[in-house]
Amino acid sequence: MKLSIQEQDFDLGAEVRAISKNSTIGAVASFVGLVRDVRMSLEHYPGMTETAIRKIVDEAASRWQVMDCTVIHRYGDLEPNDQIVMVAVASAHRGDAFQACEFIMDYLKTQAPFWKKEHRAGGATWVEARASDDDAADRWRK
Amino acid sequence: MKVTVLFFASLREQLGQPREQLELPAGVGTVAALREHLRARGGAWASVFAQGKPVRAAVNQDMVHPAAAIKAGDEIAFFPPVTGG
Repeated sequence: MKLSIQEQDFDLGAEVRAISKNSTIGAVASFVGLVRDVRMSLEHYPGMTETAIRKIVDEAASRWQVMDCTVIHRYGDLEPNDQIVMVAVASAHRGDAFQACEFIMDYLKTQAPFWKKEHRAGGATWVEARASDDDAADRWRK
Repeated sequence: MKVTVLFFASLREQLGQPREQLELPAGVGTVAALREHLRARGGAWASVFAQGKPVRAAVNQDMVHPAAAIKAGDEIAFFPPVTGG
């Protein structure tokens, strides 16, 4: 598994190729999260961030066949359209890859210690957590 | 008992500091008790830790419930609900 919390951008294509090397891998599902229409800065809790994401990936691997996984999350200052986060999951078949990828993103949204601050003309404000994100993570418990 | 307390995001800004070493009085043995101890300082502390404010906590970098125990040497972090991804 590759996990990186970094300021710099990432190349999804290169990351997907890098986890597709093993010939028993038949599917790679990937997700990229982007900044929408507002400049933002992202703060995180170094150390806990890595621990929390590893736990989420371990949980995914206990539910589905995860042969390899890459998670990259950026922090610092980001502009509209910038990439924020990527998750790629490699498996033998697509079902496991799709589900594990979505599970990891849903849990990352509610468990990984990142905070977004939006910078608008009127000033900077911290983004409030959304109940719909908790709901998205909760549905995997059922 | 001595602990390290960390604050992130809006809490860090409102309290004006990212971390603090703290000598806790006897009886402050859970995350909830520590939160109450900090709230009792008044001012910005009272508003940040006011009852009903959605504040999350981690002990030694593991997200925990308010009833979680704390012990000497722990790193306890307080922060708002997370908004990454």
